[in-house]
Amino acid sequence: MSNISEAMKAAVGTVTGRTVSYPVSESDIRKWALAVYYPGQPPAEFIDAAAAAKTIHGGIVAPEDFNPFAWITAGHEKFIKNAGKLENNNPDNPEIALGIDGPGLKFQMNGGMVCEYGVRIKPGDVITSESSVGEYSEREGRLGLMLFSRGISTWTNQNGELVKRTTGTLIRY
Amino acid sequence: MNVNVGDVVPSFVRQTEFANWNRYAAVNDEFVPIHMDDEAGAAAGNGGAFGMGNLQWAYLHNMLRDWMGPNGTILTMEVQFRSINHKNQIVSAKGVVTAVDGDVVTLEVWTEQQEGTKLAPGTATVRIPA
Repeated sequence: MSNISEAMKAAVGTVTGRTVSYPVSESDIRKWALAVYYPGQPPAEFIDAAAAAKTIHGGIVAPEDFNPFAWITAGHEKFIKNAGKLENNNPDNPEIALGIDGPGLKFQMNGGMVCEYGVRIKPGDVITSESSVGEYSEREGRLGLMLFSRGISTWTNQNGELVKRTTGTLIRY
Repeated sequence: MNVNVGDVVPSFVRQTEFANWNRYAAVNDEFVPIHMDDEAGAAAGNGGAFGMGNLQWAYLHNMLRDWMGPNGTILTMEVQFRSINHKNQIVSAKGVVTAVDGDVVTLEVWTEQQEGTKLAPGTATVRIPA
């Protein structure tokens, strides 16, 4: 018995959406750094252009965990035209968003995330995020047959260089 | 920078409360009631408001950066969010070197609360210039 349907297998690799940021500003980066280091002071490479110029980056860069899509974006496209309506905390939401039937499992939890980093984000960069459906897998656990589904978010800059690729895992049972 | 298996990375430590979470919400537009309001957090079964997983993620990066300096590079990070970060917990982001291959260093990383319970365990690889 498997909770992975043919429709779910066929959906793997589907690009579901694309979001484009506004150009990142030094101020965006400074505020982010101040927030994540609060109440301490962030490293100079995030806030002081002169100090940052002496590093391998040659100027201010954003922390790897910086989010250029917060608050407002320059554009967002959804590519799934037959998506259903998402419901709060519905474990089938990943498949509803794809317009296919979900496995109907009752429980879900965040299975964590993996991130591979490429080039750093610098002031002036415009970042594009592309979301896609990752692999499904399952295994027997102490709570029964556990379904692992993955969502992939790939960020590139205006030169097409990889900024980061994040794979998030949702566990359902 | 000389790095060896077993080296312990200096911890990045913060007392976590609304002062931290509100600032993170402000830059990440993450004004989610469970992180902003004790009643909402309690209604969700967590006793009160609790911290963002993304901020634990940030603290782990801060810990590695503070150790490596500005010329180090974080190549990968993998984390599982296992336990809730409750209000007023002292959260420490920690790391131990598990492998060294040239200038690439692998670490076990995690955040833990003041009693040693791990909140977000994982692994990371970094590049540290010689």
